[in-house]
Amino acid sequence: MAKRIEVSDLNIYYGNFRAVEGVNISIEPRSITALIGPSGCGKSTFLRSLNRMHEVLPGARVEGKVVMDGQDLYGADVDPVDVRRQIGMVFQRPNPFPTMSIYDNVIAGNRLNNKRMKKSETDDLVEKSLMGANLWNEVKDRLDRPGSGLSGGQQQRLCIARAIAVEPDVLLMDEPCSALDPISTLAIEDLMTELKERFTIVIVTHNMQQAARVSESTGFFNLNGVGQPGRLIEFNPTEKIFSNPDEKATEDYISGRFG
Amino acid sequence: MSTPTRIAPDAPARPVGPVRVQRRLPRFAPLGLYLGGVALGFALSALTGFSLATAVVYGVVLGTLAVYVASRAVEGRRKATDRLVTSLVTTAFGVAMVPLLSLVWTVLDNGLPRFDAAFFTNSMYRVVGEGGGAYHAILGTLVITALATAISVPIGLMTAIYLVEYASGRLKKSITFFVDVMTGIPSIVAGLFAFALFTLLFGGGVRLGVMGAVALSVLMIPVVVRSCEEVLKLVPNELREASYALGVPKWRTVVKVVLPTAIAGLGTGVTLAVARVVGETAPLLVTVGLITGTNLNPFDGRMATLPVFAYYQLTQPGTATQAFLDRAWTAALVLIILVMALNVVARLISRFFAPKTGR
Ligand SMILES: Nc1ncnc2c1ncn2[C@@H]1O[C@H](COP(=O)(O)OP(=O)(O)O)[C@@H](O)[C@H]1O
Ligand SMILES: [Mg+2]
Repeated sequence: MAKRIEVSDLNIYYGNFRAVEGVNISIEPRSITALIGPSGCGKSTFLRSLNRMHEVLPGARVEGKVVMDGQDLYGADVDPVDVRRQIGMVFQRPNPFPTMSIYDNVIAGNRLNNKRMKKSETDDLVEKSLMGANLWNEVKDRLDRPGSGLSGGQQQRLCIARAIAVEPDVLLMDEPCSALDPISTLAIEDLMTELKERFTIVIVTHNMQQAARVSESTGFFNLNGVGQPGRLIEFNPTEKIFSNPDEKATEDYISGRFG
Repeated sequence: MSTPTRIAPDAPARPVGPVRVQRRLPRFAPLGLYLGGVALGFALSALTGFSLATAVVYGVVLGTLAVYVASRAVEGRRKATDRLVTSLVTTAFGVAMVPLLSLVWTVLDNGLPRFDAAFFTNSMYRVVGEGGGAYHAILGTLVITALATAISVPIGLMTAIYLVEYASGRLKKSITFFVDVMTGIPSIVAGLFAFALFTLLFGGGVRLGVMGAVALSVLMIPVVVRSCEEVLKLVPNELREASYALGVPKWRTVVKVVLPTAIAGLGTGVTLAVARVVGETAPLLVTVGLITGTNLNPFDGRMATLPVFAYYQLTQPGTATQAFLDRAWTAALVLIILVMALNVVARLISRFFAPKTGR
């Protein structure tokens, strides 16, 4: 079940360093929201704050509100572990568990949490998730082989299968294609378009064509200089961002004139 | 226009293609030259009244010189330096092997005469002369080392997990510091510590196998902490994050992702830590003592262990001196075999438990 996320006045810190400040954004369900911007402007930091992955780093903290369907994810009584069960994440570099087979990687979310399931149920879940990640046909004959034996693009799709196998409401993707070849990238873009029927998707990308191809809305992050906090400069429908942006900085970045 | 060909001023090289071509010594010439130099060195030493030490020194110096000069003349300066350093490193390796080979040879030579079935099946119970064996000492060593491992591994592993996964700031620094200090504790001090501890608890004159296990643990824990810590640090952070992102709590992530990923290294580290303490003598001498019969209960009186057995065979031979000496050597041989076996086990562990890539 896809969910809407409302972020208001979010400041994100690493120790005393304010990496991102004053973010207000509303992420629509069943759509793809792309985040673009130059390196170091805090896209990853912002993304990780949405499922409370930010705070696993020592000294990292967040001010402000992230509300998902009326519930403040940073509320005092909210367990970050539960938040992460509902908001899944795919990382920049594919990171399948090296000790597990392809099959075990897919159901890692359930296995690691000791969820008891019948063999037939897990079989179905593995097949469904791998189908969902467009990987089933490539690996169905070698489910018991290690996940690290797959190619980079396959590993990334395995990580997507692993993320969707726990049935999250939202899927966060941090530059999921930056380590992949063009064909794998296209495969993952197609996959995202399919997945948005079921999930809310937020993707960070360095590739503006990719943002233009797949997303409904785009947010542009920028920073004034090194050591300054990153800000959300503009958040608009993707067509508007790429044809007629409100902000001069956005236009400069999109047309390659910045710095 | 400049060509990519470059001729070193001191290298007799001809520009043939775009890649520099250089004259090389024939494949086995350096070895031949080196051995020739060594032979010359021996001859030189023979002239001045032969002694092995001067012969080896002359030989090595002349051999290295011969290789260097020939290479310098034919191949140029860079290659000659390469050959010079190769000669020096090989010589250093040879020097390092001398004590090892000599040790293995001596122990085999002296230990093999009693390396028989009786040695492994008999104790020294009521044996005052020839015969007897180290059955009781071998089993005692195994029992006490196993007990020490059972004490050290949980403590050491959990300390390492705490240091890598949980601790931060000053506490982490001070634990690391004290672990380092513990690494340097002389083994006799560890023995005296266990002795004092059990004397406080049970009164004077107490001798128990478990005392030895405690003393060995004091030596073993810092080694286990150190090696496990290094191995856990090698587990990529991405795997922890992948697990957190699936909604897995931290402790489950440690138990089910971090430890299985590191299991090969952990097993290797623990095995090498065992190998490190299995031959300790001093701490066992003051805590466990020695008996002639077989006692396998570490909570009841003295036990025999291989190192202490060897020590007493050597220092207190009865009337049949040679029999006692033979047994001491054989005990040393068994100990070396034990340590080597542990090292092999460590390699096997790291081979078989390493994550498989399946490519
Ligand atoms: N683990 C960290 N500790 C301290 N500062 C960090 C850490 N990760 C990122 N930062 C800082 O936060 C800012 C934003 O980084 P990041 O979110 O990774 O940017 P982006 O993903 O947009 O390239 C940068 O200035 C970076 O140096
Ligand atoms: Mg980033």
